[in-house]
Amino acid sequence: MGRLTIPASPERLKSRRYPRTGVTYGCETAEYATLVLEPPDRPRETADRLRLVIQLEGVTKHYPRSNRPSVEDVNVFIDKGEFVFFIGPTGAGKSTMIKLLLREEIPDKGKISVGDIDVTKLRRWKVPAYRRSIGCVFQDFRLLPNRTAAENVAFALEVIGKPRSVARRVVPEVLELVGLGGKEHRYPHELSGGEQQRVAVARAFVNRPLLLLADEPTGNLDPDTSIEIMRLLDRISRTGTTILMVTHDSNIVNQMRRRVIEIENGQIVRDQARGVYG
Amino acid sequence: MRAKYVMSEVFLGLWRNISMTVAMIITMAVSLTMLGAGLLLYNQVDVIEEYYQTNLEVVVYLDRDVTQEVTDQIEAELKSSEYVAQVVYESKEEAFKRFQETFEDTPDLVKAVNADVLPSAFRIKMNDIADADKLIGDFQDREGVYQVTNQREILQQVFDILGGAQRLTLIVALVQGIAALMLVANTIQVAAYSRRREVAIMKLVGAPNWFVQAPFVLEAVFAGIIGSIFAFATLIAAKFLVIDGQFENLFSLMPPITLQSILVLLPVLTGVSAVISAITAWITLRFNIKV
Repeated sequence: MGRLTIPASPERLKSRRYPRTGVTYGCETAEYATLVLEPPDRPRETADRLRLVIQLEGVTKHYPRSNRPSVEDVNVFIDKGEFVFFIGPTGAGKSTMIKLLLREEIPDKGKISVGDIDVTKLRRWKVPAYRRSIGCVFQDFRLLPNRTAAENVAFALEVIGKPRSVARRVVPEVLELVGLGGKEHRYPHELSGGEQQRVAVARAFVNRPLLLLADEPTGNLDPDTSIEIMRLLDRISRTGTTILMVTHDSNIVNQMRRRVIEIENGQIVRDQARGVYG
Repeated sequence: MRAKYVMSEVFLGLWRNISMTVAMIITMAVSLTMLGAGLLLYNQVDVIEEYYQTNLEVVVYLDRDVTQEVTDQIEAELKSSEYVAQVVYESKEEAFKRFQETFEDTPDLVKAVNADVLPSAFRIKMNDIADADKLIGDFQDREGVYQVTNQREILQQVFDILGGAQRLTLIVALVQGIAALMLVANTIQVAAYSRRREVAIMKLVGAPNWFVQAPFVLEAVFAGIIGSIFAFATLIAAKFLVIDGQFENLFSLMPPITLQSILVLLPVLTGVSAVISAITAWITLRFNIKV
């Protein structure tokens, strides 16, 4: 079952203040679930909790000459700290949504806001900086093959301009958090699929981003490993990170009972708190 | 760590496509050698022009059997001419001595000529060398004068040859330069394609554009610098083997091409090749890596 330890007592994760944005991403005490992943009982906090992280208003994107799925007049509002599943058949437009959020595409109509940034109006040269504020995890892990696990995670810090001293301190912590304690110096090809995905999650999380996008993270993993990864994501979500996960895995959606947004033919057909795969 | 990592990426990239790297370096080296040679020739032409402008003379060769009287008359007329700055008489004996000195390396030639063969002459420094034609017109048909030559005309041929050689080297440099830049563009394209996964991941994590582009641009710059070093070595070898060696006699006609002037070329060539390679690489990347 991997090295995910489930401690008896809650653990406190330090909160960090980032000079660039001046925002403190607060964390709370995390309570670990045991076997069933229940939605957390969060103490009602301030307006911070109700802050919108993702706003999609009237977003439309067509690909007339291509097979790629289009989206039509999509309206989605996601708060800070939510854990949202994005489900739907293949070709419904889920990957298009991810692309739009990552600014790999620009919508034909509508407005996308992530945090305080209007993504649709973002200038091209500001896009890298924007992407640094989002963590992403993909089905094919997307690790740099000629760097070790620690270096892969450190890459996310390097790219922000954090000095090596910070990386030396932070990276082992984060790898410990995802359960890869002794494997910092392994290369991706020396790690199993589940371990590689943990490295990807560590890389996505190391900068404590506002939003973590997961595009079918369990797609290449066996059921047991998938559950482990979901536990990891759940823990991360409890630290206050908003998580948006695209998935086909009905098992996981049914087990976790979080907000479910279903998309079909480019339109949202269901948006339900504590939903199931359906 | 960062700089070391980037450099190791650069070397790895060059090594993986070693044949393209070698092709790049060779074409750049040839182009830069030609450029260097062209620049040296350019310099030479300037130096020669300057040197000879001050030293060019019009020479009035006298008939072999001219009398002293006629000689004195001609001398007086020359000195009173408005075009003439200075008149120096050279007798047959003096001419013969000068001939011996000039051709001391070829004693056979000296033996074949005796003192009587060479005519006496007036060597004239002009006020303005451009007036030479007028002076020639005045004295050409005068009694006692064998021939009036303008040294500048003789040299003009040398200048023409040098000018032609210079143009040729620059054309070769240009053509080779274009070939070299095409090779750079091609190599960068191949490198960007073979590393597209890493590039995509870097962009996903939010690496700034210059960070992503740096290894490729540095590859091109590095190859350019190596090419310029080869070009420089070739020119140095040419200095010792060709200019001071085989064709020494040919080059002794001109003011010498010094080692310093070749040494100066190293930073020039390196700078030119590095900058142009970098720009080409950057432009190629704009078309190949989706921003």
